[in-house]
Amino acid sequence: MNAYVRLLLCATLLATPALQAVASHPAESVYHLEASLTNQTGDEHGLDIYSGNPVLITMFYGRCPMTCPLLIDTLKAIERSTTAEQRARLRILMISIDPENDTPEALLQLAKQRRIDLTRWTLARADERTVRKIAAVLGIQYRKLPNGAYNHSSVIALLDPNGVVVARSSMIGKADEGMLEKIAKY
Amino acid sequence: MRTDALRLMAASLLLIGSTTDAAGTRAIADAPLQITIPAGELASVLPPAPGVKTVRVAAFRLDHTPVTNEQFSRFVAEHPEWRRDRVAGVFADGSYLSHWRSATEIEPHQRNQPVVYVSWFAANAYCESRGARLPTWHEWEYVAAASATEQDGRNDDEWRQTILGWYSKSARHSLPEVGKTPVNYYGVRDLHGVIWEWVDDVNAMLVSSDNREQSSPDALRFCGPGALTMEEKENYATLMRIAMLSSMQANYTSKTMGFRCASDFGTHGRNKP
Repeated sequence: MNAYVRLLLCATLLATPALQAVASHPAESVYHLEASLTNQTGDEHGLDIYSGNPVLITMFYGRCPMTCPLLIDTLKAIERSTTAEQRARLRILMISIDPENDTPEALLQLAKQRRIDLTRWTLARADERTVRKIAAVLGIQYRKLPNGAYNHSSVIALLDPNGVVVARSSMIGKADEGMLEKIAKY
Repeated sequence: MRTDALRLMAASLLLIGSTTDAAGTRAIADAPLQITIPAGELASVLPPAPGVKTVRVAAFRLDHTPVTNEQFSRFVAEHPEWRRDRVAGVFADGSYLSHWRSATEIEPHQRNQPVVYVSWFAANAYCESRGARLPTWHEWEYVAAASATEQDGRNDDEWRQTILGWYSKSARHSLPEVGKTPVNYYGVRDLHGVIWEWVDDVNAMLVSSDNREQSSPDALRFCGPGALTMEEKENYATLMRIAMLSSMQANYTSKTMGFRCASDFGTHGRNKP
């Protein structure tokens, strides 16, 4: 009997960290989505790669002629507008909607071209079905055009450390003040 | 002995997917039977790009009826993470499966009714569990354009009136059972007159033709179907669908929104025995 209780206790203790990890995300967290992403160096990770940090998350495609370069400019503008302390915590995740062309090599090249700091930024791709789901949890719209280009809404979302969308902005070209106020909270 | 067993197996295989057994009573298939839809072109009310009139739809397979409460309840039993008391809010709102008796049980009269109060994420997960997917908007529209006799019946006034007649009756207390409306040209039922249906690319419907317009992206994102370059404006019923789908977030559920699944041609989803 005693041994049984000890075994039970032991099992409970062993199980607890795993349970906590699952239970720690609030119901509205996008980190509930099981998504397999591949980053610019070919490493695989989930949507929750930056869990624990505030994250600016957006969707783009590398061959995009106009909006996506502007999206990167906007993300950099937001970064520049934060304090050094905020910047040290803030992470940026850009997910491609064009898995066909945005290979890890293409993403790495884009990162180098745009002098992106890969210690705090990640450029990632996922398969078509996963992209559709990530767009759905983020409320981002996109559509592939017959010529291979994409229409997509230029939305930057701010995730809190638990993966809950706490701010969204369609402002392109400069830092959204509302977004900056939210970033200051984390 | 061995032939008997084989014959029995063959007979049971024939029963899978059939909606009516020899005695004429409904036999519940685990999943709706899928119909092969041949490739073709569609003058979509939602053209793929400005100046492009027609959409090429590749051959695919489509459930001949929407998914029922009973079929969905089996999925929930096998995938408890989709129970209404366990699902994460990011995937389904508070009304998800709220019409069921409990988290796992449906009311007897709901068995053959189309499942509603399901989110896009839940519909997606169900289809994936069958090795299938949701149909794209253009696939759905392509099949829904068919009347009973024509591949594209949209210019047939009588057919159009019939459809509008169904939509005007939408304020029902109870949903009809699936499979009660007439088959269309392809052998598919219930595309009109029963429920609204989720499509795979629901988050592709409101994108403006050019998001480089910097004037007011929010207006473009939220002013509804007016933001689209839509053709064939006389097809009110289809436009109502687009308006409805455009208003839904992927975790929303509603008492009239259900779904059916599709498969790529040649990779049809499993109809589990």
